[in-house]
Amino acid sequence: MKIRFGVVVFPGSNCDHDAYYSVKQLLGNDAEFLWHKEHSLKNSDVIILPGGFSYGDYLRSGAIAKLSPLMNEVTNFAEKGGIVIGICNGFQILTESGLLPGVLLKNDSLKFACKDVFIKVTNKNSIFTKSLIKDYLKIPIAHGEGNYFADEATLTSLKANNQIVFKYCNQDGEVNSLYNPNGSIDNIAGIVNKTGNVLGMMPHPERVCNPILGNTDGVGIFKSIMNSFK
Amino acid sequence: MYRAKIFVKRRKSILDPQGKAAEQGAKLLGFNNISKVRIDKSIEFFINTEDYNLAQKESDEFCKKLLANPIMEDYELVLEKFR
Repeated sequence: MKIRFGVVVFPGSNCDHDAYYSVKQLLGNDAEFLWHKEHSLKNSDVIILPGGFSYGDYLRSGAIAKLSPLMNEVTNFAEKGGIVIGICNGFQILTESGLLPGVLLKNDSLKFACKDVFIKVTNKNSIFTKSLIKDYLKIPIAHGEGNYFADEATLTSLKANNQIVFKYCNQDGEVNSLYNPNGSIDNIAGIVNKTGNVLGMMPHPERVCNPILGNTDGVGIFKSIMNSFK
Repeated sequence: MYRAKIFVKRRKSILDPQGKAAEQGAKLLGFNNISKVRIDKSIEFFINTEDYNLAQKESDEFCKKLLANPIMEDYELVLEKFR
């Protein structure tokens, strides 16, 4: 069975083609771009909210994008258990739209962070991680507002439900605030919703899928999603 | 018609990196008495109605649904009759 990925395109998305190329050309799935003004997910099995600067990040990152007509469809899809992955700006849109808890603040350094980081897989049973072989991955980040924040009650609930999927770590997999690139609470790099079908993560797995780039650590995340349909 | 002035303020418990950077700037300028700089947002718009309650309701919902993120921000709303 070929899985159909829908890649949502907002004005200002700039990782949409990377995501499309990775899931279609490199991993052999069907894929389709979905313009934010459309009202249909066109029978997509999985939705990708890609990185970028939707609506120029005006007001707050993701704040305007959440009002796009297509986001109503994405919300309905997610509430029925559909698989959604939001990467970078996609993660910001998911928190703004209430599909994931918390918020992404400006990096504590005040600088745009663009580099490879290591993330530890802290929940290996999720739809997005169950086929991962490695315990930690090397994946690039590129964001100015990736500083994940949630209040204490939310953080306790994230931990209790095993919703924290990725944490920033060093090259040996050690999680420590020293290796936190943006000030995220508890070194959080990615979380899922309570039902486990919506993932938001700041690092960009779609950028590390092609072997010619010398790193394919992102592949396992998409393969995990693909295997969940078997 | 009413004019709404909104002040969106980041919660005190949440770090304001821009405020922190501006505070650093104050120190570099030699203003050693300045502290606790916070950078907030001020937003203004008009509501085309003579009904105060409706103006209040629409402005408040606009703030809740878009202008402020309740996870990290509080807001103050001031309505003025505008002729």
